[in-house]
Amino acid sequence: MYLGEVIGTVVCERKDPGLSGMRLLLVQPLDHRREKAGSPEVAVDTRSSRLGDLVYLVGSREAALACTPTFVPVDSAIVGLVDAVDA
Amino acid sequence: MILARVLGSVTATDKHPAFNARKLLVVQPLDERGGETGKSFLAVDNLTSAGPGDTVLVMREGNGVRQLLHDKTLPIRSLIVGVVDAVEA
Repeated sequence: MYLGEVIGTVVCERKDPGLSGMRLLLVQPLDHRREKAGSPEVAVDTRSSRLGDLVYLVGSREAALACTPTFVPVDSAIVGLVDAVDA
Repeated sequence: MILARVLGSVTATDKHPAFNARKLLVVQPLDERGGETGKSFLAVDNLTSAGPGDTVLVMREGNGVRQLLHDKTLPIRSLIVGVVDAVEA
């Protein structure tokens, strides 16, 4: 899992049916100092994240497990809205 | 697994239910000499009670996490599975 900041939204009209109804956000992965950790990625939002929010995400197969249903074509999901990082 | 140092914790009120009552820690990957390498990331600690400054063993593989925590549905990928006493390299 890793931290990230929501930097935008993504809209797809044509997509796999497994992605229908899912909110897609553009997220910049961050380290604990809020410095960039790699390139921006598109993540499914399982909370109600807003632009600028500090969130945490899970990647790979576990991203799909965070969704309902769980057999969906995603590899990055926002699973928490961060209140504080004490590090 | 990798070696990492615990830097601190992350708190979140609004989160996936799988993370309820689980400690989420910031960990910094380490090289064989204990130097920092790569970017920090987050890992759940349910087994070891690791704290800031501890060197830990982190597993980053979701199937292993689900087996250890006895829940086939957990969207958790990184888990602290040991507190390291010594590394000889």
